[in-house]
Amino acid sequence: MSKVRVLVGTRKGAFILESDGKRQKWDVSGPHFAGWEMYHVKGSPVDPNRLYASQSSGWFGQLMQRSNDGGKTWEPVDNKFVYDGVPGTHQWYDGKPHPWEFKRVWHVEPSLTDPDTVYAGVEDAALFRTTDGGKSWNELAGLRGHGSGSRWQPGAGGMGLHTMLLDPSDPNRMYVAISAAGTFRTDDGGTTWKPINKGLYSQFLPEPTAEVGHCVHRIAMHKSRPNVLFMQKHWDVMRTDDAGEQWREVSGNLPTDFGFVIDVHAHEPETIYVVPIKSDSEHFPPEGKLRVFRSKTGGDEWEPLTKGLPQSDCYVDVLREAMAIDSLDSCGVYFGTTGGQVYASADAGDSWMPIVRDLPAVLSVEVQTLA
Amino acid sequence: MIRVVLPAHLRTLAKISGEVELEVKGQVTQRSILDALEARYPMLQGTIRDHVTQERRAFVRFFACQEDLSHESPDVPLPDAVGSGAEPFLVVGAIAGGIY
Repeated sequence: MSKVRVLVGTRKGAFILESDGKRQKWDVSGPHFAGWEMYHVKGSPVDPNRLYASQSSGWFGQLMQRSNDGGKTWEPVDNKFVYDGVPGTHQWYDGKPHPWEFKRVWHVEPSLTDPDTVYAGVEDAALFRTTDGGKSWNELAGLRGHGSGSRWQPGAGGMGLHTMLLDPSDPNRMYVAISAAGTFRTDDGGTTWKPINKGLYSQFLPEPTAEVGHCVHRIAMHKSRPNVLFMQKHWDVMRTDDAGEQWREVSGNLPTDFGFVIDVHAHEPETIYVVPIKSDSEHFPPEGKLRVFRSKTGGDEWEPLTKGLPQSDCYVDVLREAMAIDSLDSCGVYFGTTGGQVYASADAGDSWMPIVRDLPAVLSVEVQTLA
Repeated sequence: MIRVVLPAHLRTLAKISGEVELEVKGQVTQRSILDALEARYPMLQGTIRDHVTQERRAFVRFFACQEDLSHESPDVPLPDAVGSGAEPFLVVGAIAGGIY
């Protein structure tokens, strides 16, 4: 019988939640790496017991961990992230040049074909890769080097490369998103990159339609249609049907189009999910009601999903890495909150139940569907 | 034998309990102690001092013989009591101030 394993990164450790395919009863293990910030934990699609985790702390910096047994045991791997060549500068908050400085790994993205190859998105924004299971990391410097890097600027949360999408139909094509630089695409395996932000409009920019500088919070793709991407921008929910050449807004009837997460149904490429957050100055759900919104039309028309979610006095946030979708039939949807709840829906969002209620603030949620 | 006391998180990472005892060749300094420590426990590289600059991480402090040595040059000889093992070299995580 199928199983699911939910990998949860929190402000104070990682947790692993496991269930059978019914997804009603859950075993919880953790905290792993108790007391450390776990920005992201993710498993290899080709070897689900191979997990990689980003572990960091303000005191002791960045560590990377690897498990070969589905998270029962872990071993530290290389934690040295050194920018290629002379790192140069990006813009600081005051618009002045500021040297590139490594701070932490926000995102780990295991290869679709090789368990020893993993990408790491870091702050200050850059892309690293290991091809030896984490024994060494090297920068794919073409991303910072394509010309606009000196104009990138951090958002309030730092300048992190937080999302990475690998095209399952073309190993040379990848997408990344950076706060607050925007979205970028490579068609040659990471050697060269181009910004793909046409159609984005960011009021806070001196030039609202600029090539770079947009605060993209998250992008998502369905594996059957890698040219169609969905985006939760700082404000605005967007989509592209041509691999990012042009975006259009699909916020439609959402109560607010600010938010962080966005994800796609496992079996319906036009069904997408967001969690609207009131505003960039009030990071909690509108009216104290925690609602996931689902569109079955690829955007524009949205329905609130509320069954099992708190509909009063709820003031948590759902951060950008904190939603995931399993591939069972019907697909399960999961999200974590800054209040420490991880909610699960075993019916594609129609109803929800908390798996856990009292974890530290949730930074990331990933799910593995296991045979 | 040099005695080193690590903060709890780094003891967990290195899978050690209690103090670390190290053989340090030559002059006993912050640098020579940390070099010896990281040689025995490679997973500690980058957690106490920066990988590239080798500078002490901002929220890590060094103490010995009731003195804060954090701002001393890493190449200044440490007190004789550290070299003789009478006193430990302490690696301490700074007080967080309540945010975390």
